[in-house]
Amino acid sequence: MSVVEANLEHDVHAHDEHEHHEELNFWRKYIFSEDHKVIAKQYMITGIFWAIIGAAMSVVFRIQLGFPGADISWMKPFLGKWITETGALDPNFYLALVTMHGTIMVFFVLTAGLSGTFSNFLIPLQVGARDMASGFLNMLSFWFFFASSVLMFVSIFLETGPAAGGWVVYPPLSALPQAHMGSEMGMTLWLLSMAIFIMSSLLGSLNYVTTIINLRTRGMTFTRLPLTIWAFMITAILGIISFPVLLSAALLLIFDRHFGTSFYLSEIYINGEALPNVGGSPILFQHLFWFLGHPEVYIVLLPALGITSEIIATNSRKPIFGYRAMIASLMAIAFLAFIVWAHHMFVTGMNPFLGSIFMFLTLIIAVPSAVKAFNYITTLWRGNIVFTPAMLFSIGLVSLFVSGGLTGIILGNSALDIQLHDTYFVVAHFHIVMGAASAFGFFAGIYHWYPKMFGRMMNSTLGQLHFWLTFAGVYLVFFPMHYIGIAGFPRRYYQFTSFDFGKSFTDLNMFVSIAAIFTFFAQFVFLWNFFYSMFKGKVAPMNPWKSTTLEWTTPVNVGHGNWVGEIPAVYRWPYDYSKPGSDVDFIPQNVPHSQTPESNFPHENAYIAQEKEIEAQNYNDQFQAH
Amino acid sequence: MVYLVGLLLLVLLGVAIAIAAKLQKVMGSVQSNTEEDAPAPNNKINGALWIIFLIAGTVGAVWSYLSARNYFLPEASSPHGRETDSQFWLDMSLLTIAFFIVNFLLFFFAWKYQYKKGYKATFYPENHKLELIWTAIPAVIMAVLVFLGFRSWTQIMSDAPADAQVIEIMGKQFGWIVRYPGIQDNKLGNYNFKLIDDNNNNPSGIDYSDEASFDDFINVSEMHVEVGKPVSLKIRARDVLHSVFIPHMRVKMDAVPGMPTKFWFTPDKSTEQMRAELGNPNFDYEIACTEVCGRGHFAMRLRLIVEDKASVDAWKQQQKPVLSTILENDPKFISKIPEKLRAKAMDYAPYVEEVDSTTAATGSAAAATSSLR
Repeated sequence: MSVVEANLEHDVHAHDEHEHHEELNFWRKYIFSEDHKVIAKQYMITGIFWAIIGAAMSVVFRIQLGFPGADISWMKPFLGKWITETGALDPNFYLALVTMHGTIMVFFVLTAGLSGTFSNFLIPLQVGARDMASGFLNMLSFWFFFASSVLMFVSIFLETGPAAGGWVVYPPLSALPQAHMGSEMGMTLWLLSMAIFIMSSLLGSLNYVTTIINLRTRGMTFTRLPLTIWAFMITAILGIISFPVLLSAALLLIFDRHFGTSFYLSEIYINGEALPNVGGSPILFQHLFWFLGHPEVYIVLLPALGITSEIIATNSRKPIFGYRAMIASLMAIAFLAFIVWAHHMFVTGMNPFLGSIFMFLTLIIAVPSAVKAFNYITTLWRGNIVFTPAMLFSIGLVSLFVSGGLTGIILGNSALDIQLHDTYFVVAHFHIVMGAASAFGFFAGIYHWYPKMFGRMMNSTLGQLHFWLTFAGVYLVFFPMHYIGIAGFPRRYYQFTSFDFGKSFTDLNMFVSIAAIFTFFAQFVFLWNFFYSMFKGKVAPMNPWKSTTLEWTTPVNVGHGNWVGEIPAVYRWPYDYSKPGSDVDFIPQNVPHSQTPESNFPHENAYIAQEKEIEAQNYNDQFQAH
Repeated sequence: MVYLVGLLLLVLLGVAIAIAAKLQKVMGSVQSNTEEDAPAPNNKINGALWIIFLIAGTVGAVWSYLSARNYFLPEASSPHGRETDSQFWLDMSLLTIAFFIVNFLLFFFAWKYQYKKGYKATFYPENHKLELIWTAIPAVIMAVLVFLGFRSWTQIMSDAPADAQVIEIMGKQFGWIVRYPGIQDNKLGNYNFKLIDDNNNNPSGIDYSDEASFDDFINVSEMHVEVGKPVSLKIRARDVLHSVFIPHMRVKMDAVPGMPTKFWFTPDKSTEQMRAELGNPNFDYEIACTEVCGRGHFAMRLRLIVEDKASVDAWKQQQKPVLSTILENDPKFISKIPEKLRAKAMDYAPYVEEVDSTTAATGSAAAATSSLR
């Protein structure tokens, strides 16, 4: 017990020598805030807003797919002219919905919402910094994201509808306004919005990396960083390298659309006229797009894996198994992420030799991924598991990561991909491994760090209910979808009745749609819990999950600058749970080894000598420097 | 219907959990405060739910597979398709084993090692031997799968045999145009996108300065191929990306404007044979589009008819060379053909009895075939 008490005392000592006491006005405090915690919440709320829209869109097109020909004129009040006279969904709008669902979920929810929320919130708190390296750039990053959100949102209400060529916006379809309605103004806004989004993402990522490298507190060496931070850093590096390539792809597409260039256009005859463009290549766009697009999958997933590592260790009351292997596998996945992009292009007519190379590189990813999965499972082994909602979602994430990842081994095989490419098998695969898994990471993170964000607890029982409904829902939606894919049903089809081979799975499609609607409504349990607890939740203790990392040494209502008094120094790695000899089952990172002689391993006694050195180090305190 | 019942049961399960949880909460506050020791409420219930989920999930996965497999595509009608199919199911069975093992361990451990008062978790931060084992095993399995995939892939992507039937298929919004090399020279003529003209009967841009083009004919609703003989598809797109997908043949290749692609396969089961095998007299092979191309993407259907040589030849005989159609409607077109080839081109012109201006005018008006859009 002594350890925890000593730790508490440390914080009770509130030195207020160097506190900032200029009260910020409302605008600077909540709207144009430079505080990483406020920015994180802004990202979170915007992300949740987009998630509701994105999910609602999926419900609309699932109704179309599950109940083709049904009269849906009851949707007229909010879909307007997109419902035809006969009460059917307009096929153009169907494509727009599919496209917007993909764009919103991948970029606005799982990239900005997930990374934006937790990188911003946790990096300064877990490395022991007052704030991000540049609060101003951080604020700019959010407001760029906001601007891009506004543009994308406006595009939904255009007369000609939003972009509709699939979230991958392959030219020439997306380059030629005359090719379809979704390539008109909606596409222009899509490109503009994405360009701004990329700037936002770059500002954020540069800030994350800089903060992690430069603003770690005394004693916080790289091997003492929590795995969340490792995941956020590697994610940010992925983003910095790959997003500019998407920007270039988008810029070239803008040139093709508006300035008459032919980067992606060649030998096209459309609407009764042969276009003058020759020499371009639509395949070039695909290479550029997937050079971002594949790392993007990991930009979405790695933060979720980082969050999970932290939560599983905390709630198993055990150190994460294979800390270094976890970091190594993160790095391996990130590295491989850059050299597998063309597995999305096996049947584009690309040289088959490239297909072989990319198949080989792709399947290597299975190895570090397997290491991660096994490490999680071993972490559970002989633990003392507490099923907080965050823990449930984390275990669920591992299950989804494995189940969805396995089918990737099939799709990464170029010979097998011939039949499965662009079928529902692919849809099922990536929704489980990247969509649902990352969304579970998002939920887990919110449940786990909610007490630190809002100073109140969410209702655990409702959280658990939310988990089981969602977990069952996700499997009910996406597991049967594999069958539909094996039967050869292509993606992005408005309906399957035009083909004889598409008539087999009518019942199953209906089932998937019902399950999707069910899962959608289950999310309202979360929304209720989230907003209700913000005002009426039980007041949170300082460290409700008995966790070791630094954020839990801050006060319940974390103020600007995070710690009252000086920033704690760090003496040990973040996973000292259930250490033999210790009479408590966790020892926070800021407890020196000299205070825990009973539980030190022999090699750890050597660290005691270093404690003075750590304490004498530069404070790295942004607020004190000037 | 079965699905609906299943789903209903699930909803009931959800409601049951909710009620149980609520009850637990109420009971907890009424009863002693022993439950207080558990750091999270409902820990036992959630532990048990992992096992329930494991069992229900296993039953559901097996049952759903057994009932869904009746609706999968029939056995592939091409040798390469049967090979990739068997490889798919080999991979799938390995993965299914991994799927069950991993999920079992995950759920079982979650249940087995749930919080017990006074129990202390085992401090177990690493074990290099274990880590080495589970790095090596997937690596070896992957190596085998890559090897198998590589072997099939190089075979499928190899050059088409010399005796293959060459057919051009071009995607457009929203349909396909199939072009055959014709019955005289059996050679596809050149094409040029600038010559494409929907209004004057040249929707695929056939270039008539190449005499090989003269006998080429096109069809927009059917492709006929000879059973047992390799088919080499020359794939083109006219406007945006499309993708040729023949589900029963396990064939898929994108159609890219400005970049011709190809795919060859051997259809070794005729349409008739499939009809007999499946007991479905209406069965037809179909060609679909799998690269989103706009509003009509979901309905780009083309029939593929696999039949014996005699039937294919008979069908080909009935098809009219494009040049004939063009000359029929616009006799002046002959002036656009290089002088030295004109005589040969005239063979394709309709019986010319003194083309007078009136018939030519009515002819071209009638011929204004509209595009499919």
